[in-house]
Amino acid sequence: MFVFVVSFVMYLLLSWSGSMSIQEVTIAFVLAVVISLVSSNSPGSGGFWNTKGLSLRRWWDFLRYLFGPFAVGLAQANWDVAKRVITGDINPGIVKFDPRLKTKHGRMMLANSITLTPGTLTVDVDDDGVFYVHALTLTSLTPKEEDICGVFGQWARRIMG
Amino acid sequence: MFLGIFVGLFLLVSLFFNTLGIVSLYRFPDVYTRMHGATKCSTFGTLFTVFALLFYSFVRFMMEGESRFLVLMIHVFIGGVVLLISNPTGAHALARAAYRSGTVPEPAVVDALENTKKSKGGVAA
Repeated sequence: MFVFVVSFVMYLLLSWSGSMSIQEVTIAFVLAVVISLVSSNSPGSGGFWNTKGLSLRRWWDFLRYLFGPFAVGLAQANWDVAKRVITGDINPGIVKFDPRLKTKHGRMMLANSITLTPGTLTVDVDDDGVFYVHALTLTSLTPKEEDICGVFGQWARRIMG
Repeated sequence: MFLGIFVGLFLLVSLFFNTLGIVSLYRFPDVYTRMHGATKCSTFGTLFTVFALLFYSFVRFMMEGESRFLVLMIHVFIGGVVLLISNPTGAHALARAAYRSGTVPEPAVVDALENTKKSKGGVAA
């Protein structure tokens, strides 16, 4: 259902140009049904009628995360890396930590959050959910989860499980 | 006038961070550290271009009420969302491919993935 809603809304948003005709809505509906039926066979999607991705509470939490801690982290880390680009003061290395995320979507969200905030780059995630992160400036050789990604791990566990 | 100054400021910030991304390519020693600058500084920089365009089209829409500015706003917003998803995914894929093809992070104070490779007889799948 999640794929259906997203593709339906996306088609309408991209084709909308001031007015909306019944033909466009029909085409959007047909295409969204086809896309969601095709993608419902892929592993982890939970089938066509799975409404897990449409939970309003999750989306609300996700938006709060995106405009709250994530935006702050992005700005701070960018400023930090900007200084390091100029001064050349780096101490790089690959470290590992286990954020205890169970779902694939949660791992994807955390990995993308880590990669988007400069200074840290997810290199690999193994089958058990252990993250291997390349950090630009290490403060210790075996850092905790909070040292790498701050509060991102808590939010990923809360939103995606 | 006010609109022009504001949009210009946003574009300047965007240009500053994108330039830093290029500078980092020359300043940093190996492929992983360079990827930090090249992919992330450019994301942050391009986000400011998106903000500038969003702000510009929002103000023009409010002033003149033409729907083409609203259309521009929607398209730019979707572009920004796609950028936020595709950029880290691409950086992640590049870093993983670089590690799997044998590029060792140099210099690096610690390499946790190296130990995993030894104990499991291959890079973690």
